[in-house]
Amino acid sequence: MTETVDLKAFRQEVRSWLQANCPPEMRKPISHEDDSVWGGRNAKLSAPQKQWLLAMASRGWTVPTWPKEYGGDGLSHDEAKVLAQEMAALGCRPALLSFGIWMLGPALLKFGTEAQKLEHLPKIARGEIRWCQGYSEPNAGSDLASLASRAEDRGDHFIVNGQKIWTSYGDKADWIFCLVRTDTAKKHTGISFVLFDMTTPGVSTKPIQLISGKSPFCETFFDDVRVEKSNLVGTLNGGWDVAKYLLTHEREMIGAMGEGTLPQSMIQIAVSAAGKDELGRLADPHLRSQIAEFDMDEAAFHSTLSRFGELVKARQAHPAMSSMLKYYGAELNKRRWELIMSAGGTDALEWESDRSSHGGLARAWLRTKGNSIEGGTSEVQLNVIAKRILELPGA
Amino acid sequence: MALILTEEQNMLRESARDFLGTEGPVSQLRRLRDTADATGFWPPLWKQFSQMGFSGVLVPEAQGGMGLGYVEAGIVMEQIGHNLSASPFLASNVVATTAIISAANTTQKAFWLPRLATGGAIATLAVDENAKHQPSKIALSATPTAHGFVLNGSKTFVLESHVADLLIVAARRAGDPGDLEGITLFLVDPKSEGIEIERTAMVDSHNAGRIRFNQVNVSSEAVLGQVDGGWAPLSAALNAGRAAVSAELLGVADEAFGRTVQYLKERKQFDRLIGEFQGLQHRAAHLYCELEITRSAVASALAKLDADPSSAGESVSIAKARAGRTATLAVQEAVQMHGGIGMTDEFDIGFFMKRARVLQELFGDSNYHLNLLAQQRGY
Repeated sequence: MTETVDLKAFRQEVRSWLQANCPPEMRKPISHEDDSVWGGRNAKLSAPQKQWLLAMASRGWTVPTWPKEYGGDGLSHDEAKVLAQEMAALGCRPALLSFGIWMLGPALLKFGTEAQKLEHLPKIARGEIRWCQGYSEPNAGSDLASLASRAEDRGDHFIVNGQKIWTSYGDKADWIFCLVRTDTAKKHTGISFVLFDMTTPGVSTKPIQLISGKSPFCETFFDDVRVEKSNLVGTLNGGWDVAKYLLTHEREMIGAMGEGTLPQSMIQIAVSAAGKDELGRLADPHLRSQIAEFDMDEAAFHSTLSRFGELVKARQAHPAMSSMLKYYGAELNKRRWELIMSAGGTDALEWESDRSSHGGLARAWLRTKGNSIEGGTSEVQLNVIAKRILELPGA
Repeated sequence: MALILTEEQNMLRESARDFLGTEGPVSQLRRLRDTADATGFWPPLWKQFSQMGFSGVLVPEAQGGMGLGYVEAGIVMEQIGHNLSASPFLASNVVATTAIISAANTTQKAFWLPRLATGGAIATLAVDENAKHQPSKIALSATPTAHGFVLNGSKTFVLESHVADLLIVAARRAGDPGDLEGITLFLVDPKSEGIEIERTAMVDSHNAGRIRFNQVNVSSEAVLGQVDGGWAPLSAALNAGRAAVSAELLGVADEAFGRTVQYLKERKQFDRLIGEFQGLQHRAAHLYCELEITRSAVASALAKLDADPSSAGESVSIAKARAGRTATLAVQEAVQMHGGIGMTDEFDIGFFMKRARVLQELFGDSNYHLNLLAQQRGY
């Protein structure tokens, strides 16, 4: 397809800027989780990480489509795509991974006051504040709207009491965006969306160890936490609308999660474990056909992400299509890791050796089992599709 | 490369949908079957279809066609799938037309393309020789003579062969079955001496045939493209056919699904609409996802064929393999969720199952294309 003159010039500009500003160390894939940059007050960055983040944030390219006054560069959808393509072509890793960018930012842009946008968005863009999400509770998982954490109205502020669970990186975050109950007589219309600092007295966290042996999630406790009313996003008791909007972003994010960081491709792993036959085919014929079937579905899913982008741009996307992306993406990723484990054989079972990067494959495999639970289970996504897209009765 | 339709393409889609929905619905296929119709499609429908320009979709404007691409051909195919319309469009205007556009000389093009574009002539590709699609294993022999070649062998599953005006025959001039070199394409008059065509009524009430070639003489002008260089245009024609069949499968699956969802909203059991049962809701929602993802794969294959046919092979295999899987699931769920009535001949849903089964086999089933995908990716 032909590119407009403007876009061509922009591509050229982006390319030379990236070549000049992206440190060589940042042109390699992220090798493990500790090698990635999430920002925040307590972040420990290497010199190249710091340099790359500073360069990208100064150009507004950690959040390229956000308006300039909020730390972005006001790029169009097409320009942002060019930036992403050029970064991919050079192998530049993202300068900043952030729930602020992926989740809170879009919600603040839509529902926040001008003061809230000016206070929070630039800090997100620069990676100064790391955010976490306070949604799920011990008794409010799939049925999220039954959440019970209470915010009592004390005139100019709220007092929050309760408990959250599955707070991603709660122990590492600086601020939390949180759903709290402000009306106990109603369900969906009694919830508000508030922001507060995790160092506020009364906030505490406790990491949860997962089957992977890692602790990416926390339990988070609120004990008489004071939250100023200026930190209410959207209207009082109108938090469910904000939450739903934000959840579509989360679903797309989890749905679009790729293979993560694999030192070798699935096929390389399978060939080194099982070998090839005299015709050059993977020696395990059933595994070969399972991988081919996976490759087919993965390619079709990638085409779907592109098509979904075009539909959004043309304003033809059904809002509940994000549930399809979440459902299919999560199930696909689980399948990928089942196949990787099968391809790797007993080598993939090691849990502690340096040879296995401390059980890298096995731990990543176990972690993916949560993909179809977090952000709304697969069953909840199917409910949403049945109700909102297929309009089936009583769904 | 766009994966959603432009305004013009949407108009084409609406016009194909309205026309086929009114003039070529499922009831017409039922009538053709019940009357054991000799043509196997409805000639007035074919005439009108051609007059509207659909049959010339891929033919350049200079030769009387619309000069459009595979995305547009796919749009028509999808609507054919929705209505199960019997028509020579796939065989003649997609597969055979692609073979001629890819390899024919000026004289051959000038003769055939205007005739195919107006629907006045029907052409079809004769490639399969066995019950499973294996195009490289062509054994039908082409032996050189003083004036041309003599063909000996047989073909099977040749679409529309009993009504065709032109057979494009894939023959082996050199090498052994399995070799890509040595395959030669010929333009053959089906009325030539030594040709016997047996019309084979298939499970889906569409047209196919088995053909015997017994000492069939063809002149050297009958060669399409290069002697021994037939694999490239054959692949081009097959890939066009595969992408088009994927679009038809998508239409078949989408229609079977739409009818089923409608039924879930009407049928009552245990004093409830059966669509209220979560057991059925989740299956329907899963099928919706499969359909949407297959729609993307089909759109991608058609767009790649238009952009660069020589590198579209992998996308085409992905689309054909996935569309086969998705349609198989969709028609099975359709019959199951319709319950007893879905098993009756009186009800139309069974026609969709039958058509999907045939299209799954046509030009390579899901397993064939998954194997191809693995080969292309080097495992």
